[in-house]
Amino acid sequence: METAEEITKEAAVIETVSEEKVKYTVETEGLTVSFKGREAINDINIKIRANTVTSIIGPSGCGKSTFLRSLNFMHDLTPGAKVKGTIKIHNKNIDEYDMTEVRRRVGMVFQKPNPFPTMNIYDNVVAGIIMNKGKKRNELNEIVEQSLELAGLWEEVKDRLKVSAMALSGGQQQRLCIARTLAVNPEIILFDEPTSALDPISTSKIEETLFHLKNKYTIVIVTHNMQQAARVSDYTAYFFLGKLIEYARTRTIFTSPREKLTEDYVTGRFG
Amino acid sequence: MEDYYLKVSKGHTDRRKLKSRLMIILCYVAAAMAILPLLYIFFYTTMQGASSLNIDFFTELPKPVGESGGGMANAILGTLILVALGSVIGIPVGIFAGIYITEYSKSIFANVIKFVTDVLSGIPSIIIGIFAYGLIVIPMKSFSAYAGGFALGVLMIPTITRITEEMLKLVPHSLREAALALGIPRWKTTLRIVLRTAQSGIITGVLLAIARAAGETAPLLFTSFGNSFWSTSLDSPMASIPVQIFNYAISPYDEWHSKAWAGAFVLISLVFIVSLIVRLATRNKFSQTA
Repeated sequence: METAEEITKEAAVIETVSEEKVKYTVETEGLTVSFKGREAINDINIKIRANTVTSIIGPSGCGKSTFLRSLNFMHDLTPGAKVKGTIKIHNKNIDEYDMTEVRRRVGMVFQKPNPFPTMNIYDNVVAGIIMNKGKKRNELNEIVEQSLELAGLWEEVKDRLKVSAMALSGGQQQRLCIARTLAVNPEIILFDEPTSALDPISTSKIEETLFHLKNKYTIVIVTHNMQQAARVSDYTAYFFLGKLIEYARTRTIFTSPREKLTEDYVTGRFG
Repeated sequence: MEDYYLKVSKGHTDRRKLKSRLMIILCYVAAAMAILPLLYIFFYTTMQGASSLNIDFFTELPKPVGESGGGMANAILGTLILVALGSVIGIPVGIFAGIYITEYSKSIFANVIKFVTDVLSGIPSIIIGIFAYGLIVIPMKSFSAYAGGFALGVLMIPTITRITEEMLKLVPHSLREAALALGIPRWKTTLRIVLRTAQSGIITGVLLAIARAAGETAPLLFTSFGNSFWSTSLDSPMASIPVQIFNYAISPYDEWHSKAWAGAFVLISLVFIVSLIVRLATRNKFSQTA
């Protein structure tokens, strides 16, 4: 398949660039998140490269989602959640940004498809734009088409944009959610197990979408499916009990991991 | 062996089927007990009231004892004004309190409001009337539409608060997260995503609260009091259908009794129409089919 080749080629290119020149979109230092005093992740230091897909793997309860959600202030809603340490986006501490601005620039796609049930397909895609700042009607049409196209949904829905989003299948709803996220033009997109509620065909469509998105966006994906991590990502981070155990090129993680814990997990000998 | 097994299992299933049928019958009986009184009230009121209903009833003022004819026009108008006044107070306060309780439930204050709302919904409506009497009628030294509307508004608050709270709770948390993750500010998320998703339920609740307030007599007895003449000024006593029904019903005159029935019929019809509008307006609004 062409995709695998391209990944290798691109990885090779990144490899040759000296460490200084690599562009990092997200960097965390000593990131610790606790819920009511109980630490969920502890001292996470990670640098995520621009225009790559980075997957986060690890057993349930290891803090993958907690880490992901700290990157766009999603813990702000949870009572008793405390975030310590620094998170930098484009070399700037996220506390220096406005919270809504961070959320706009760091989009998120959730585990269960969650389109707005009261809106039709079109309105779902433009919801983020309209409620941030007004835009002209003709601009909106263009954005809707582009976003749906990029999310791989345009061909299926172009004749029924005014139909309720709830009329779509689960997989289509998830791609609609991706389109909705793309419409506000973020730089980083976080995927929190985006395919775990979907069938294999929808999953492969979304994985295909991820591959195309890499050109424009930095992608971080949490997944329980190691094959998926191996298929879609350039870099993989292995979390265990709230710690970042190993973070390296995906191929390295799956073929010659440095840590014993990682090896046990990726080979299924875990526990 | 096989025969034996079948025999036993057949007797067993028969018993279970019988039990199931019995339970279903009990459900039907319970449903009938709930619906029959309602139907009875509706038909009886219609039979008694519709006969003395005519155009005059809607256009004429009440006539003194002994004179035939006349209507309840001022009371119908009065009820509309009082309910409107009550809605102006009850709907915003109720809805915003409901939003506060669900969306900002972290604070202790929200729990206090929730508790107070529960207590308030259990207070007899006549107590609310006395409250409005003490708060508005005494300082103003006059019965007034303001006092009546205020009492109805206070009466509506707990119902609307609770239904708003329940409906907002039904909106999945993931929807709020989805909106916030798009960079939509929290207040806009609440108003334009969460509230909109819950809107049909909230509208239903609001209209039910209005319908209930329209039929309340006790809070109006010593607030808006009643009036035999046209009155549209809000700082003077105002007639209302329930109070007029009450006054007519306790009178010794047959003519007035039939007027009371007609009033009851109009009131029930109003509630019925409101409920019907709710049903039609919210039906299949967010249906899943294309």
